[in-house]
Amino acid sequence: MKLLFEKGSPGRTGTTLPALDVQRSDRVPDSVRRREDAALPELSELDVIRHFVNLSRKNMGIETSFYPLGSCTMKYNPRFHEDVASFTGFAGLHPRLSLLPEGEEYCQGALRAVFEAERFLAELLGFADFTMQPLAGAHGEMTGLMLIAAFHEAKGEDRSVMLIPDSAHGTNPASATLAGFSARVIGTDAFGNVDLASLEKALGPDVAGLMLTCPNTLGLYDANVRQINEMVHASGGLVYADGANLNAIVGRVRPGDLGFDIMHINLHKTFSTPHGGGGPGSGPVGVCAKLVPFLPVPHIQEHSNGSLRLKHESAYSVGPVAPYYGNFLVILRAWAYMTTLGIEGFRRVSENAVINANYLRVRLQQAYKPAFERACLHECVLSASAQARLGVRALDIAKALLDRGFHAPTIYFPLIVEEALMIEPTETESKETLDAFISAMLEIAALAESAPDAVTAAPLTMPVRRLDETTAARRPDVAALDLEETP
Amino acid sequence: MPYIANTAQDRKEMLQAIGVESFDELWHLADVHESPPRFNLPEKGLSELEVLAKLGTLARENRTDLICFTGGGVYDHFVPAAISHVVERGEFLTSYTPYQPEASQGTLQAVYEYQSAMCRLTGMEVSNASLYDGGTALFEAILMALRRNRRRKVLIAGTLSPIYQAMVRTSSHHLAAEVRVTSDEPDQCADELLKSLDEETSSVVIQYPDFYGTIRDWTPLVMKAREKGITPICSVYPLALALLKTPGEMGFEIVTGEGQSLGIPLSFGGPYLGFMTTTSDFMRKMPGRICGRTKDLSGKPGFVLTLQAREQHIRREKATSNICTNESLCALRAIIYLALMGKTGFRRVGELCASKASFAAETLISIPGVRLASSDGFFNEFVIELPVDAKPVVSQLLRKGFMAGIPLGAFREERNKQVLLAVTEKRTREEIVGLAEALGGAL
Amino acid sequence: MKYYTEEHEWVEVEDGVATVGITEYAARELGDITFVELPEKGSEFGQGDVLSVVESVKAASDVFAPVSGKVLSANRILADRPELINESPEEDGWICKLADVDEKELENLLTDAEYGQMVSNLSKD
Repeated sequence: MKLLFEKGSPGRTGTTLPALDVQRSDRVPDSVRRREDAALPELSELDVIRHFVNLSRKNMGIETSFYPLGSCTMKYNPRFHEDVASFTGFAGLHPRLSLLPEGEEYCQGALRAVFEAERFLAELLGFADFTMQPLAGAHGEMTGLMLIAAFHEAKGEDRSVMLIPDSAHGTNPASATLAGFSARVIGTDAFGNVDLASLEKALGPDVAGLMLTCPNTLGLYDANVRQINEMVHASGGLVYADGANLNAIVGRVRPGDLGFDIMHINLHKTFSTPHGGGGPGSGPVGVCAKLVPFLPVPHIQEHSNGSLRLKHESAYSVGPVAPYYGNFLVILRAWAYMTTLGIEGFRRVSENAVINANYLRVRLQQAYKPAFERACLHECVLSASAQARLGVRALDIAKALLDRGFHAPTIYFPLIVEEALMIEPTETESKETLDAFISAMLEIAALAESAPDAVTAAPLTMPVRRLDETTAARRPDVAALDLEETP
Repeated sequence: MPYIANTAQDRKEMLQAIGVESFDELWHLADVHESPPRFNLPEKGLSELEVLAKLGTLARENRTDLICFTGGGVYDHFVPAAISHVVERGEFLTSYTPYQPEASQGTLQAVYEYQSAMCRLTGMEVSNASLYDGGTALFEAILMALRRNRRRKVLIAGTLSPIYQAMVRTSSHHLAAEVRVTSDEPDQCADELLKSLDEETSSVVIQYPDFYGTIRDWTPLVMKAREKGITPICSVYPLALALLKTPGEMGFEIVTGEGQSLGIPLSFGGPYLGFMTTTSDFMRKMPGRICGRTKDLSGKPGFVLTLQAREQHIRREKATSNICTNESLCALRAIIYLALMGKTGFRRVGELCASKASFAAETLISIPGVRLASSDGFFNEFVIELPVDAKPVVSQLLRKGFMAGIPLGAFREERNKQVLLAVTEKRTREEIVGLAEALGGAL
Repeated sequence: MKYYTEEHEWVEVEDGVATVGITEYAARELGDITFVELPEKGSEFGQGDVLSVVESVKAASDVFAPVSGKVLSANRILADRPELINESPEEDGWICKLADVDEKELENLLTDAEYGQMVSNLSKD
């Protein structure tokens, strides 16, 4: 499809604007005036809509296809949340209003939604308090790590090492580095748990904490989790829970009760807010009582008369990590989800997510080797190592699934599993959908044996075939600049 | 219970296939031996109808009928209705990061077009697919410069948004970097910046137009900085670029900003859109996702995420940044906005803003005792000085239905009589005159 | 004579100047190379410091200085044609030349035979 910039005609515009009702004049000094208009497209409103609607048709989404992308929790995003997010009372509210003198009075409803979401999460997950500021999961990680650093700093302790299991998501070590820690890797044992000997060896007076994904990225619950947390605490460190996989245990296990000191969660995973092609997300961070003084400001507090006020100053606060209260409209959707579900609903979320994942694991293990021979939680990690020996790799299986109308699972992650296929069905998928997916996976496995070339040629039914990523990275073309414009 | 498709019968069959009698058995097999917690939360959920009613009530407790003359980084611009209708297409809304390019050409081409438009707007050569917001984007730019020249001083204009200053302080606390902030008086700030450029400075950060609305040509500072190997960084209000010279033309090496003005509603603070554009020299140091144009096996043009070797999922602790999810849907809003406005419409929005702001400034200073705080040029935001403390006046105007700007005393006591006002294309002559009358009355 | 590191770099010292690159094994393991971050002329490195980064589509690998020294020149051809490392890793695809080399440091490195043995063990795994 042609680019926007290759379409249109000079003088065309896709909007109507009011006539100027004051004299035309401005205060822009000539020295900083743009000499030519920005080279934007010139299209009608219909041209623009048709362009983007046709682009959308080249995408798979949850609403078009089963989307078992492991560790991303691609569950159904309730449609009425989109209506709520567009209410003028929310979408039209200026964040600065709350900062004006007496301005909080004028946005109590919005402050109430954020405050209640905070309280709900704190109770659901067993923490003393939450900050809703972080704008995505990795931003939550960085915020959490800054809180850990501030905690040790306030105690006058010099602890610069962050322990991270080898099965962790790449954002963990990257966030640790950004927060000023050096990452030290600890191993995984034969059952997919943290290797306790490796942990014991790594602990010491220089260790600030441990980042643990719970349940872990293999989709497994670490039965030693309480012991691990005690070991880290005994050596003076804090334990950080990465909540990327919260969907597996929500409503059934409270991470705060397990001894975690701090945790980020992803509202765009467990709390059903749409992923939007890669954001916006939201990564609230919960903390135990001793870390509360370090939380970012501004922070919402309930006054004795029931009204909500903003606290801007706090002696130990790390400061703001986002301009206002986080991704408000995302938090609002999550509020709607929490209120719709109730505790009973959350228990059924984890129950159905776990049953769905185990059903896939059991039905697929005849053809694909499970990474670990044990019951999983919300996702199962399989290996295409047997297929790889026939010349069909995890990537090929992913592409073959696209041709069969399914989005691919996460592949090649976790790094410690050879030819990994990480499959997360979520609770919102039905047995029929899973059965159809299982048939496709088994058919691909059979094809890998009988006609491997038919698998490696996939996809053939998508808008494009496999793309040349090597040339894209060698000679990057990342923008159509004015000069290249074709008439 | 909504959103769960499986019936009791389905679950029974699935548990049988798994080889267990009950879910509890499966839960124990999965090694979870925690006793069920008790929650002080509602056990039962509510229906869609009830949740809508509750949220309707909360929405009504927010005053969105106030006439908005407040900016400070977030602006009340017109958002064409077509944008929301397009971004709510399920294929855009419910997809994720385009890891499988063959199944994500829609998102990828839109990102490529967004990147192209942001380059054209800012006068730069490359753009990423978006970052979280203007403040985090600015911090990422500072990190890029630190990585590139391995120096440790960061020089920040005191006229940078106070919120961004605070965010940079928070995020840089644990880095081996020394952050220095100049005076917030525009002239003094420019002088100090010019004098402070030295061989240890990694980057110099300015805002354009600055927090107080002032615009100046930063070319001399930028040239001097580059001579000394310092990376000049510009945080820009993108809608102002409808009329203003691009940061690229002034020679900036990294441009970041808040893209909220490009078709994104006020939304009480988010989600917004952090953007970043830079020169091709800096391309491989840039954080975040980047989309590139390439060809498929049959020679057909297509798009992929590229330069991924910089990213956390490959480089882990050595990655250029920890960023993973960004603000893709907001970037989509921005490119649809720019496409709808187009070349002439976008300029026209800029003209409307600038003309109305100019009219508002003139009208307000005709009130006895009110004057402009500076004679510098501006786009659509400016500071007026009142004869009295501004804070109670702004509260009083709020009660009369006007969001009459930001009283600046909170940032520095000496500015307590000043108010920062913004005027967008949405304000009418009548509303501006109304504000002047109300202000006159309040004084 | 060429020497090798356990991290798959090679170095050859001639007239006090060391030429450095990555081995054929490393180039093959990385796959199609898409970018080489070349060290700046005049910068100094200790033995084992990160000298350069070699990227492929799905991987990035640090190149460690096999010996300490000061960068005399970098192979500018790689800026436009990183694939040269795949085509000729141990000759035309060299990464940089180092001056002020301490030849004693070569004793810490592997000989051709030792490295060959190491790689054949790796290939067996």
